[in-house]
Amino acid sequence: MGWLEPGGTRAPSGARAICNWDEDALTLAVEAGRECLRGAAAPPQAVTLVSTTLPFVDRSNATLVAAALDLAPETQTLDVTGTLRAGTTALAQAAGRSDGLRTLVIAADARTARPGSAQELEFGSAAVALLVSSAKPSGQQSALADIRGVAHLSADLVDHYRASGEAFDYALEERWVRDEGLAKLVPDTVRMALERAAVKSSDVQHCVLPVAPAAAQRLLRSLGLDQAQLADALREDCGDSGAAHPLLMLAAALEAAAPGDHILLVGFGQGVDALVLSVPRDREAPPRPQLAAALARRREEGSYTRYLAHRGLLDVDFGKRAERDNRSAQSVMWRKQRQLAGFVGGRCAACGTVQFPKSRVCVNPACRHTDTQADFRLAELAGRVKTFTEDWQAFAPRPPAIYGNVEFEGGGNLLMELTDTEAGEARIGMPVRFVFRLKDVDNLRAFRRYFWKATGV
Amino acid sequence: MASGIRDRVAIVGMGCTRFGERWDAGPEDLMVEAFAEALTDAGIERDEIGAAWLGIFFDEQSTGKSALPLSVGLRLPNVPVTRVENLCATGTEALRGAVYAVAAGACDIALAMGVEKLKDTGYAGLPERTKGSFEDLYLPGSTAPGAFAQLAAAYAARHGYPMERLREAMAHISCKSHENGARNPKAHLRNRITPAQVLGAPMISYPLGVFDCCGVSDGAACAIVMTPERARALGKRDFVTVKALQLAPSNGVEMGHQSWDGSYTLTTRLAAQRAYAEAGISAPREAIDLMEVHDCFSITELVVMEDLGFSDAGRAPYDVLAGRYDRDGAIPCQLDGGLKCFGHPIGATGLRMAYEVYLQLLGRAGERQLPAPALGLTHNLGGIPNRNVASVAIFGVAS
Repeated sequence: MGWLEPGGTRAPSGARAICNWDEDALTLAVEAGRECLRGAAAPPQAVTLVSTTLPFVDRSNATLVAAALDLAPETQTLDVTGTLRAGTTALAQAAGRSDGLRTLVIAADARTARPGSAQELEFGSAAVALLVSSAKPSGQQSALADIRGVAHLSADLVDHYRASGEAFDYALEERWVRDEGLAKLVPDTVRMALERAAVKSSDVQHCVLPVAPAAAQRLLRSLGLDQAQLADALREDCGDSGAAHPLLMLAAALEAAAPGDHILLVGFGQGVDALVLSVPRDREAPPRPQLAAALARRREEGSYTRYLAHRGLLDVDFGKRAERDNRSAQSVMWRKQRQLAGFVGGRCAACGTVQFPKSRVCVNPACRHTDTQADFRLAELAGRVKTFTEDWQAFAPRPPAIYGNVEFEGGGNLLMELTDTEAGEARIGMPVRFVFRLKDVDNLRAFRRYFWKATGV
Repeated sequence: MASGIRDRVAIVGMGCTRFGERWDAGPEDLMVEAFAEALTDAGIERDEIGAAWLGIFFDEQSTGKSALPLSVGLRLPNVPVTRVENLCATGTEALRGAVYAVAAGACDIALAMGVEKLKDTGYAGLPERTKGSFEDLYLPGSTAPGAFAQLAAAYAARHGYPMERLREAMAHISCKSHENGARNPKAHLRNRITPAQVLGAPMISYPLGVFDCCGVSDGAACAIVMTPERARALGKRDFVTVKALQLAPSNGVEMGHQSWDGSYTLTTRLAAQRAYAEAGISAPREAIDLMEVHDCFSITELVVMEDLGFSDAGRAPYDVLAGRYDRDGAIPCQLDGGLKCFGHPIGATGLRMAYEVYLQLLGRAGERQLPAPALGLTHNLGGIPNRNVASVAIFGVAS
């Protein structure tokens, strides 16, 4: 879109994280949640999903995320939305909850900007998940960080907004937001949080300021902090991931932090959240480094028009096969909910055969016992491609449709879509893992259905 | 022990329309066209038909469900008509119903009609359809070429056979069928093609190019059956008898169990073993003189050469390239041009295959005629390799 500004005043650099056609805030949230819970001592009792780009306005997105994570039905679920500050607010609430429920706070945004806008060059899409407990963790597992002080400010300063049903943000002048908004509203709230935490600003090692670079510099100065204390804003390899961004930067800071470090976390949007966190001196081990790995799993999008088409910004003729009616039988989705959302198949108690879908009669030709299958989650198993094709005739938002038979570690077979896979990449015997993705869009009824797909490891 | 169907039922008349993009004809026209030929061939009156079976797969395509399309279309005398559907084995399933009814003595003369009007969908290839209310929620949005193409990748992997060489054997299959189809006035595609054309064609679903895929056509075919005793009593000398009619549907193993590697069609093997037993054939390679197999895609024909027992495991590409299944080979395959040249109006296909075997056994195949064949085989594979219905039928000259 460089022709819009022939002077080349915008000099975009680096990379921005965008969604594949079958990803959205919900699928990103599931992926982040899975990573967070890998190796967790106990599952969460509550899921708070933070986003301004949730696929459903009225249908609990967090509940579907919890189902995809195969959490217990007793899990409390909540969507939190409406401002880019929602992530920091949700984190503060989870840390301060009086019922003591272990809360999985997931912040995810899949951001779309008007083509040619400044936001298009700044936005990224990402999700991050933090497991938060207001009670001291029991047993040996020490926290990665303790939340020491929190302060809030609400102020209806409209730096940008997006009305219900609108596709794009409307952004106000950056200089006004910087000078009248950030510069005047943030410092006092930060000072309050530091005071409550009994931490001096000079003792902060990691300052998470998810704001534009010029505004960040100005805030640093007014808080008496220096450049070395400023946490990486991930502008070069991710972009601004909206409601996810403060917590994403926090996760990066937690990976970098040493025992005893203090972290200042700021959220901004119709007010300010400031949180002061400290890494316990007795922290047993740093968090598994995940950010670098997630960024390294990148695939470059080589086509701007394909990017536009996948964001729904270009009305592309996908052919007559795209006219297929994708009505979902909700009664079946509910009946098979744990199988479809949680990727839970069956494992035969008589012969051990793993199978999907779970069925009344075992599929093993040497067994065929009735009602012997127990629920068995497949999502975290390893898989292997047994057969595949690249189908240029089937409707696919990213042709060709690539699918094949996938064998699960320990047995079982399913014909599955391969995603994040380009023509020429699939191989017989290729190891795969499973990811929760958008399966089909029902344009007639504005519904989206999700299922699990295989992708190369 | 059941004695099976061998020699208990005779086919005394058959009809088959010209297959193709029959913009001129609806399903009713196609059924009337095929039926007129069969009635004349059988030398009976319409009202002598005691029961009928109608095979249609896509009932959405202007044909309609139930008995009515056939009963109304041919103005049958209100005799029982049963509509059947068993994926691509639908035509053979209709024949099975008619043959079993005669063998059971439920009626004296039965009609099996298969018809499909594919070209009213408005686009090329098979129509999009639901896979089922649950299956749509988890199975990929696959197409027929995509489902069958996987046989090639799995076959090449299993036998360590280079894909380029496998594609050459697949190309030979398509060229051979076009060579045969060019000699058949009822075929849809009557052009000869070269291996270079096949290998250079646009990719539909890797590794299947356009010429690895069968055509998409409209058509109808039918058979009139009665007992051999009745046929002889009517003074008929040239008729064929049914030697075997077997079906084998998947029971979920290919889709859900790790024991299947995707390189062959399990149900074809099972149906073939039963059909050979029913027909009393111990050495099919020597006994079968010609075959019409389900060449929806070139790779399907290649792997079923092994599944039917005509090629040893891993040897089908070599046998194909050596011309074993060409019109002058040891066991000619697709003498009429196959699905490749007739296309695949699904309800009609099984009966269209039987029609060619019938013509060959009676010496009526014109320039395609083999010298004195005695036994012919037809094979359908309905659905996708992961989940399907296979049928194998064997026909012979009346003894």
